[in-house]
Amino acid sequence: MKYVDEYRDPKIALAVTGEIARKVTRPWVLMEVCGGQTHTLMRYGIDELLPPAIEMVHGPGCPVCVTPLEMVDRAIRIASLPDVIFTSYGDMLRVPGSESDLFQAKANGADVRVVYSPLDAVKIARTNPNRQVVFFGVGFETTAPANGMAVWQAKREGLRNFSMLVSHVLVPPAMRLILSSPLNRVQGFIAPGHVCTVMGYREYEDLVSEFHVPMVVGGFEPLDLLESISMLVSQLEEGRAEVENQYVRSVNPEGNLAAQNILREVFEVSDRQWRGIGPIAQSGYKLRQEFADFDAERVFDVGDSHAEEPKECISALVLQGLKKPVDCPAFGKRCTPMTPLGAPMVSAEGACAAYYQYRRHATAIA
Amino acid sequence: MPQLLPETIVTEAASFVCPAPLTQRDRIVLGHGSGGRLSAELLRDVFLPLFSNPVLNRMDDQAIVEIGGARVAFTTDSFVVQPLFFPGGDIGSLAVHGTINDLAMGGARPLFLSAGFILEEGFSTEALRRIASSMAQAAAAAGVSIVTGDTKVVERGKGDGVFINTTGIGIVPDGVHLSANQARPGDRVILSGVIGDHGIAILAKREGLEFETEIQSDSAALHNLVATMLAVSPASNVVRCLRDPTRGGVSSALNEIAMQSRVSIQIEETSIPVREEVRGACELLGLDPLYVANEGKLLAIVAPEAADEILAAMRLNPCGAEAAIIGTVGGAVGDENAGMVTMRTAFGSTRIVDMLAGEQLPRIC
Repeated sequence: MKYVDEYRDPKIALAVTGEIARKVTRPWVLMEVCGGQTHTLMRYGIDELLPPAIEMVHGPGCPVCVTPLEMVDRAIRIASLPDVIFTSYGDMLRVPGSESDLFQAKANGADVRVVYSPLDAVKIARTNPNRQVVFFGVGFETTAPANGMAVWQAKREGLRNFSMLVSHVLVPPAMRLILSSPLNRVQGFIAPGHVCTVMGYREYEDLVSEFHVPMVVGGFEPLDLLESISMLVSQLEEGRAEVENQYVRSVNPEGNLAAQNILREVFEVSDRQWRGIGPIAQSGYKLRQEFADFDAERVFDVGDSHAEEPKECISALVLQGLKKPVDCPAFGKRCTPMTPLGAPMVSAEGACAAYYQYRRHATAIA
Repeated sequence: MPQLLPETIVTEAASFVCPAPLTQRDRIVLGHGSGGRLSAELLRDVFLPLFSNPVLNRMDDQAIVEIGGARVAFTTDSFVVQPLFFPGGDIGSLAVHGTINDLAMGGARPLFLSAGFILEEGFSTEALRRIASSMAQAAAAAGVSIVTGDTKVVERGKGDGVFINTTGIGIVPDGVHLSANQARPGDRVILSGVIGDHGIAILAKREGLEFETEIQSDSAALHNLVATMLAVSPASNVVRCLRDPTRGGVSSALNEIAMQSRVSIQIEETSIPVREEVRGACELLGLDPLYVANEGKLLAIVAPEAADEILAAMRLNPCGAEAAIIGTVGGAVGDENAGMVTMRTAFGSTRIVDMLAGEQLPRIC
């Protein structure tokens, strides 16, 4: 398949791994920020191919995983209201709230529908003028422009029955949190390629100059990751710390300006709660005052809730790269994709689910 | 009396005795019909304990019972697909092929079908005629007769246009004993052709996704292909077991075989045939072709010494033209990986191929 197979060539992969092995002179801890990258690492077993000196730890970039429990509870409460059509990307449906999930709400009679684009939700609103249509706007800077566009479009059309439950988060504040922690072990980052496609990578240059840590904006195919790792190892071995761009076929330094304009017009930066991590200042988006009529949290009075995470779940440590999923005593036993204790076990992009799906044999043998 | 800690007891019971208490849901969710782990749990927790008998407990795609000296294969399947008409078939042809294939996976020659229709008030009679005509054609082409049936109509809003149930019976030739518990270490795994066509064809049509070339469902009757395979070495049991990887895809079918035979199965990623368009659609939607449904493919576990000959025979049949050996059966008693399916990736690393947990969900980004 064009544009895909070129980046999955096993021969080139072996050549790059060899190159990394020749360059590396001491142990390095690297983090891939994005869940999609974690998934590729596990699916292709890339960490098994790397020299033992390179340790990969997995970052917080799984949108499903970091959506707070309270937000899932709120979604379920809104979805369960009569006359509401609740729309969402598919993988939010199985995320457990404190008591239930959206699948369960659907089974109990809620009208919950999977859409592939927020604009489909706008279309549903247009064709169902007597129902309130709500879209669950989750994700990082990657999904935010399309979600912003849906709200913008709904306002332009004067739709009175469309709103969005916004739970958008931003990558750089989470990276700053990890870098500022006294426990931080990460010495180099693979920055999230799709987030940078939208936002460019100027913000990451600020992080690099503040923390003197190398970063490579990386893609999502196996060779993208191997090349990113190779570039990071070069920087570390040579004592450099800068932002380099491996994902040049998609990312330019300034990003997608049209998408950024929509973001600025529709959203403003706000404090956000991260599941498993806690509150991070100025780490997400909320709808601007001008779009308040489209904010599901204002349209529906669903009250406030403070849900407790299962105590056993160590997702906070996993999402910050301090622990591996297999370090958790519940992993693969009380916590599985069927019975997730925490969100990283739910989404395919969650680190725990990736380990469970692709690696359990290794732990069974060990 | 000593104070017990209820929480501890519940978790321990859950992890060591029976995992059911943690997963039991008080309502049916869509995942219960996905053919994956939730479906298996529903069988285990609700139906099997109540219906338990030796024939059912074999958990094959069909029951094989002896009646008057003949070994009769017997199976039933319901079809609720949306859209009703899709590239490469419709609910009618699917209802015929699906039940024929469930019989064929037991090595049976299919003979007779029943057809039950649940129609929704207001459904177009013209559409019903098209569906019935498609069933008639599919049955005639496969050499089976639809010999009995039933029709019910439900109020508008209580159905989804039309649901069809078909039941089939066939005769299992002497000496044929196929079952998912027959796989042995060293056996080979054969896949009869490209995977994922049906699931992606349905999804593309349902969601209005357009690709450069239209993806067609692979819906087809497989009993002739099976007959060819069994003819390679009659009455020798070199064909151990057959499964059609429908809902839940290749991963679920292989996991079922691995569990029922208490063996491990290793497959090779590079040997699994997937059409370019299907790979593309899966990439786009974040799906794994190993979990996508097929309606005209089979997986065979065969003895190693007969694998090449069976493969050659399959390739002469249009339904098996792209057949390939995709893996081997491993493990024996005491193997820690028994019941597990693993895949060697193109990169030479090994990963698990798990059963589908619930519904396969398109991911966010």
